[in-house]
Amino acid sequence: MRAFADRHPFWSLVILVLAAVLLWMIFAIWPDWLEDLIGRKKVFLNALFNGITLGGLYFLVASGFTLIFGLMRNVNLAHGSLYLLGGYLGYVTADVTGYWLLAFPVSFILVGAFGILLQIFVFRRMEGQDLRQTLVTIGISIVMADLMLWIWGGDFYNISPPEWLSGPMSTFFVTGAKSSGELVYMKYPMVRIVIFAASVVVGVGMWLLLNRTRIGMLIRAGVDDRDMLSATGARIQLVFVAVFAFGAGLAGVAGVVGGTFQSIAPGEDVRFLLASLVVVIVGGMGSIQGAALGALIIGMAEQFGSVYFPTYAVVLTFLIMVAVLAFRPQGLMGRN
Amino acid sequence: MAVTERDPARDARPLSWIERIPGRYWLIGAALLVMPVFASDFVLFQIFGWTFILGIIALSLMFLGGYGGMVSLAQMTVAGLAGYMVAIFGESAISAISLNWPWYIAIPLALAIAVLFGTLTGWLAVRTDGIYTIMITLAIAAAFFYFVRQNYVMFNGFSGFNGVLPPDLFGVDWRGPKAFYYLTLFWAVICYLAVLYISRAPFGLALQGVRDNQRRMSALGYNATAHRVAAYAFAAVLAGIGGILLTWQSAQVSPGTAGIGPAIDVLVIAVIGGMRHPVGAFIGAFVYVILKTFALDALVAVGLAGERFQLLIGLGFLVIVFWSPDGILGLWDRWRESRGKDPLLDRGGEGP
Repeated sequence: MRAFADRHPFWSLVILVLAAVLLWMIFAIWPDWLEDLIGRKKVFLNALFNGITLGGLYFLVASGFTLIFGLMRNVNLAHGSLYLLGGYLGYVTADVTGYWLLAFPVSFILVGAFGILLQIFVFRRMEGQDLRQTLVTIGISIVMADLMLWIWGGDFYNISPPEWLSGPMSTFFVTGAKSSGELVYMKYPMVRIVIFAASVVVGVGMWLLLNRTRIGMLIRAGVDDRDMLSATGARIQLVFVAVFAFGAGLAGVAGVVGGTFQSIAPGEDVRFLLASLVVVIVGGMGSIQGAALGALIIGMAEQFGSVYFPTYAVVLTFLIMVAVLAFRPQGLMGRN
Repeated sequence: MAVTERDPARDARPLSWIERIPGRYWLIGAALLVMPVFASDFVLFQIFGWTFILGIIALSLMFLGGYGGMVSLAQMTVAGLAGYMVAIFGESAISAISLNWPWYIAIPLALAIAVLFGTLTGWLAVRTDGIYTIMITLAIAAAFFYFVRQNYVMFNGFSGFNGVLPPDLFGVDWRGPKAFYYLTLFWAVICYLAVLYISRAPFGLALQGVRDNQRRMSALGYNATAHRVAAYAFAAVLAGIGGILLTWQSAQVSPGTAGIGPAIDVLVIAVIGGMRHPVGAFIGAFVYVILKTFALDALVAVGLAGERFQLLIGLGFLVIVFWSPDGILGLWDRWRESRGKDPLLDRGGEGP
């Protein structure tokens, strides 16, 4: 961060000013002229929170995608299908057993196991053939989408969270003041906050795993130079399988999360595949921090877009992608 | 690489252009020309018309993928944009938006805009390579789909345009089965020959050089980026022609025409047919159309629900990618090789 400030003093200043303005907008009671200009503060805060929590969900999906890409150089275009599969499995688990929390490990293990099968029977057979792997994953996603449509039909499913998580929660953010001078505090759905906290925990956990453990060291070495790592005697195939299973499992968990605060239905696979593609392109391929930054930007852009210019909300995210590609093709946090 | 094999014995005297066309071209050409005599209207319009159109769009992907090494999923988007432009500048049932300009302005303008869009897409996509290109073009295709679905001022949103008909030229109804068959055949042949010609012209050879080794071509003084962007521009011409024909065939264009599903279908067609030779695009399109038209009946006949068409296509695609990366063309080559193989020499029987 210091190096960045040294190299780009002007842009650091711009970012600092923007952050200060944002903080002021979050914590201050808005004066009338600002409310006249962009609407009520409650709407703004809600969009901001929705954007951040949506970013958390995108991060869960995209981090597995970027991890798999970073290590194995294969673009798994079936990642969205893994997300959807996880959602359906989580729904079935929660529906049958009645325990919402049980849906997470079940989805993680089953989708992770499916990822292991994919890695062993598909990707290992065509190592180093990027294009062919990508085409195969497109085929797999077509087949999986139709199989899931066959089993679960075209209905919307919603995984309902347990009672202690449903309902709104008071926060300490002021949305305005009543005429009597009493402050109004913002209420926000509990489950979204919990889920966002969980995705932060996952993110920090991944960072610790990658930077502080032996297996993380192996993975980082593999990202930098795969051939050299295998020449030193590391059992790289085992690392590949583990990372693939972990990434797939994360997509499955994200499916349960998505099923809880949105819904799961056919077509969601493509939506989340595209979201993770855009997130990863914006953030930088193969970088976990990049995925986090990209997910935050895209989540916020989507939510603010749908509040302030509803017609072109989806296009906004793609405009961001195009801008990043035009000026920094390797992504915001990517390396050359 | 599409290099013709020469017979050294016949090189002695210069051949007239008729003799230089291989025999199978005459055979297939004659069969396609007399097709309307015995084929039904349904076969002409729905099967062959659609095959040629999808073939042209897949051909644009084959050109990029096969000769340029760039697999773009945005070709259907370019086609869809051309269709939209014809509907907007020309005539359609949505009279509030359509400008009703004459065809000789509307069609070239639509093609020009499609080419411009394709070139811009290429300019963005060539900043990256390999698998990144797939992802970026997929994202562009999705952005276009969502944009036209939301935009009601110009693109009429969800419902799109209907009643987009070909112009009434020479007093022929160009949507009649026979006329439409010849129209699509004509353009398919033109596009096929154009790709074949360009693949052997200096530009095409340089493009293949860039595909094989970009650094070496740059060292030789070729501008690799310019060649790639130019390839996108040329592919956009093909896709634009295909898109206009597609719009005329169904008489409508809507966001679904250029959605993510169709974009992937074009890739499936190109891969099933094989990306090594332009004819692969048309073979793939024919297989796809036959499957799409008759899979329903076939699936019901074996006791499965008819909606499982996607499963069939997906599995077929997987099988092809797994066992024959060069598609049906690759299978054909392999079969020819194995047929003439000498078991002792372990190589083809023909030639030295």
